[in-house]
Amino acid sequence: MKRTPIYGMMAEFDSPTQLVEAAHRTYAAGYLKIDAYSPFPVEGLAEAMGFHKNAVPLVVLIGGLLGGLSGYLLQYWISAVSYPVNVGGKPYHSWPAFIVVTFEMTILFGGIFAVFGMLALNGLPMPYHPVFNVPRFAFATKDRFFLIVFSTDPKYSPSETRRFFESLGPRSISEVPS
Amino acid sequence: MDEQRQPAAPVIEPGYTFGSVTDKISSIVLTRPTSNGWFLGFGIAFLLTMMMLYAVGYLFVRGVGIWGITIPIGWGFAIVNFVWWIGIGHAGTLISAILLLLRQSWRNSINRFAEAMTLFAVAAAGLFPLIHVGRPWLAYWLFPYPNTMNYWPQFRSPLEWDVFAVSTYATISLLFWFIGLVPDLATLRDRSTNRAAQIIYGMLALGWRGSARHWHRYETAYLLLAGLATPLVLSVHTVISFDFAIAIVPGWHTTIFPPYFVAGAIYSGFAMVLMLAIPIRKFYGLEDFITERHLQNSAKVMLATGLIVAYGYAIEAFMGWYSGNRYDTFLLWNRLHGPYAPCYYALLACNIFVPQVLWIRKLRTSPVALFLISGVILVGMWLERFIIVVVSLHRDFLTSSWGMYYPTRWDWMTYIGTIGMFLAAMFLFVRILPMISIFEMRTLLPEAEVKE
Repeated sequence: MKRTPIYGMMAEFDSPTQLVEAAHRTYAAGYLKIDAYSPFPVEGLAEAMGFHKNAVPLVVLIGGLLGGLSGYLLQYWISAVSYPVNVGGKPYHSWPAFIVVTFEMTILFGGIFAVFGMLALNGLPMPYHPVFNVPRFAFATKDRFFLIVFSTDPKYSPSETRRFFESLGPRSISEVPS
Repeated sequence: MDEQRQPAAPVIEPGYTFGSVTDKISSIVLTRPTSNGWFLGFGIAFLLTMMMLYAVGYLFVRGVGIWGITIPIGWGFAIVNFVWWIGIGHAGTLISAILLLLRQSWRNSINRFAEAMTLFAVAAAGLFPLIHVGRPWLAYWLFPYPNTMNYWPQFRSPLEWDVFAVSTYATISLLFWFIGLVPDLATLRDRSTNRAAQIIYGMLALGWRGSARHWHRYETAYLLLAGLATPLVLSVHTVISFDFAIAIVPGWHTTIFPPYFVAGAIYSGFAMVLMLAIPIRKFYGLEDFITERHLQNSAKVMLATGLIVAYGYAIEAFMGWYSGNRYDTFLLWNRLHGPYAPCYYALLACNIFVPQVLWIRKLRTSPVALFLISGVILVGMWLERFIIVVVSLHRDFLTSSWGMYYPTRWDWMTYIGTIGMFLAAMFLFVRILPMISIFEMRTLLPEAEVKE
């Protein structure tokens, strides 16, 4: 893939309200490849950019089912097939005794899938990213709110997008070098 | 009710902005010079840790015979301390997961170090069963793995359930804690001016940049993790109570154990949270973030769970009398009049009578009083496990197998040493990681709300 020298155009805002408003208007103006950055989760921001899909719950469900099933089958296979031990005449497949470990394995796998699934879907870890090239972006983890239009957006144009951003009343606008 | 009822103290004092909250918490890690008090505290905790390593090292050389355990009391301090530590850990998960699901936003200022407390408490707890197995270098036999001995663990044993419950609990607590830290590590990465710190925090932050898409998935994952951790935390102490309740020893074989263990765990855990929070907020000047509200709420949780524990004791005593079972009746008599009776009276005093002073509002809001009462509760909860383990075992069915248990200096060194290890880890934690969740504190500010 050919690398464009410019990654996108970034606008800086002071409050989450401004950011959500700006994201709404940018999305409504027909920009599709956009993203917003905030120092804490802002309600309605992802939706304002038209981002609704979220595969995390499905990943966790799969993890939980996988954990529970493998936990139970492991115990069944060990206790009834591979290493049957007669304990006080109890059946080899004594399922009530297997519930605890099945439950714990469900939680364990669900939790691991939740964390690593979320990270994988987010494309993390990614120590380097072009947005870090903007010096002011260091405040995205403190008290500033950023909106970016990627240069891959069909509607992106250095002059047009800048003019559009200016109409949103940001604190600053910067080009993001790739 | 009464007219002079004051409005509840705020969760965060007014006047803070996103920037000042960030600076106040991150400066403790990044710019504040390490005080002499920190070095003194850490030094003492570190020496205690060394004492524990010495005791454990000697244990590895000589075997569990250096402890006070004998037959019939084969469990002794190792299991008493194990249950005590795991119980303490439970408050961290309760605060971070259950209170999150219940939308108790006041938890945001105490969840981070409560989770750290959980981790270190679980680490201290996990040590005890490991060194109690006698040949700790073979402790991995507890896990099911294919081996040349063609041997597998016994899944009908509550002790095996324990292995899964505790290791799952440790893993999930670690993940929950770490994933909560990621956005704050990114803050530290961006705030720090020291190159080494930037690289270390930067690597740990995994390149977090606060993208809205990321936050969206992050919040879902965090909520689901809380939803998974909630039944988990209730299950862990339930499974630990099964270690006792599945056996037929009088004093162990009761159905009230699971709920009463979970309540006791949260009871002692909140006591530990307060014992840590009160000095931390004082020394680091965090009274604006950990306010009177947090102290009050924690005190109320202790009061409620303490009453559940009291109910558990009452039912134990009632069943001892009502069942008419001679062994159960004797157990009650033995607790009240047997050789360990002073422990039982101390337990009732520490866990039931003293904490009732928390009904007084003045004491609920006094940090000194709360600190002292929490200490009493921690002692009481330790005594509870001592009574359950030792007093039940030392007088079982046959008089010929009765015995006494006297902890040795090695028992005490190991126990006090784990307290040192726990404190040393806490000291390091408050020095190198943000002890209050910065990004969750930002969401508590009025300006965080999006106005339409």
